[in-house]
Amino acid sequence: MHEVGIMESTLEIALEQATKQKAKRIHEIKMRIGELSGVVPEALEFAFDVVTRGTIAQEAKLNLEIIPVVCYCSSCDLQFTPTDLFYECPRCHQTSTNILKGRELELASLEIS
Amino acid sequence: MCKDCGCSIIDEIAIDGNKINNHTREHLHPEIEKERDLTNGHSHEHQKHIISVRQGILDKNDRLAERNRGYFQAKDVLVLNVLSSPGSGKTALIERMLRDCASIRMGVIVGDLATDNDARRLRSAGAPAVQITTRDACHLEADMIARAIKKLDLDNLDVLVIENVGNLVCPAAYDLGEDLRVVLLSVTEGEDKPLKYPTMFKTAQVVIINKIDIAEAVGFDREKAIAFLQQMAPQAKIFEVSARTGQGMNDWYAYLQSLSVKG
Repeated sequence: MHEVGIMESTLEIALEQATKQKAKRIHEIKMRIGELSGVVPEALEFAFDVVTRGTIAQEAKLNLEIIPVVCYCSSCDLQFTPTDLFYECPRCHQTSTNILKGRELELASLEIS
Repeated sequence: MCKDCGCSIIDEIAIDGNKINNHTREHLHPEIEKERDLTNGHSHEHQKHIISVRQGILDKNDRLAERNRGYFQAKDVLVLNVLSSPGSGKTALIERMLRDCASIRMGVIVGDLATDNDARRLRSAGAPAVQITTRDACHLEADMIARAIKKLDLDNLDVLVIENVGNLVCPAAYDLGEDLRVVLLSVTEGEDKPLKYPTMFKTAQVVIINKIDIAEAVGFDREKAIAFLQQMAPQAKIFEVSARTGQGMNDWYAYLQSLSVKG
């Protein structure tokens, strides 16, 4: 629901980095989006077209890498990708609150020229 | 995309009615620099290359939130970020807390899309209350809090309650610098709500089930709700209350009191 804001912040960082490199064009923006980040990829793509209009990223491609949730169970010393909503450890069946991956919301890289 | 939440197309927010520039849009949209031909007709194609950035989009908010947190700690104020769907009873709960707990000095920051009705309600309950009118933004951010707290005398507060915008999605991603994330769930919303909003419930330190006085009338399955919450948010402390009748509120107050005793 707040994807326009997220996309604007992303573009702001991208333009800043591209300007530093004296780039004339941004060809691709790669983001890493965790499954638990609270953003909807489709909404990000929609927002991307809107916010990049009139900038050096206007023709750029948005590449979204979705990062699955990875939890850690301290009793079993086990990292696992949960298969249920509650993040149950596959070995001891306790619910894990230790989330190692899945909250990412970052600008990974840019392709510029 | 939800049309209620075009957050950042908004250029200003208002704190107690005073407009403040917030997100400025212009700097995001510089005119495309006209590529001037400095090569006297020679072809001069820049080579495409990839640069690694690896920057969190919410890093700035997280930094500001940490700054708020440090400031609150220095002022010895316990800060609650109260979150829920619209209509779960956030304002009613806070009103009740203000009326019942004269021994805890409380201040309130209220985020709302358009009106200052909630702040007025809370002021009439006797608390210093600052309104942040987000003008369609779907959540509060750390810098809004940093500006709003300038209007409060934190030296004379034990607890600061931040009433977030009614929304279970976006506010989950924005740390404000709070000590406790308090998620409110009312019995009318159905017992499976925690399953629908994992990000929100998995980051809650406290879950308050509200409106238990009408639980029976709306066919609320208490056991199921508690079981879902314990599975979805095993880290959270659960309270069951009615902000309207006051039922169950004493346990919540005792918990708050135990956390907010000043050294």
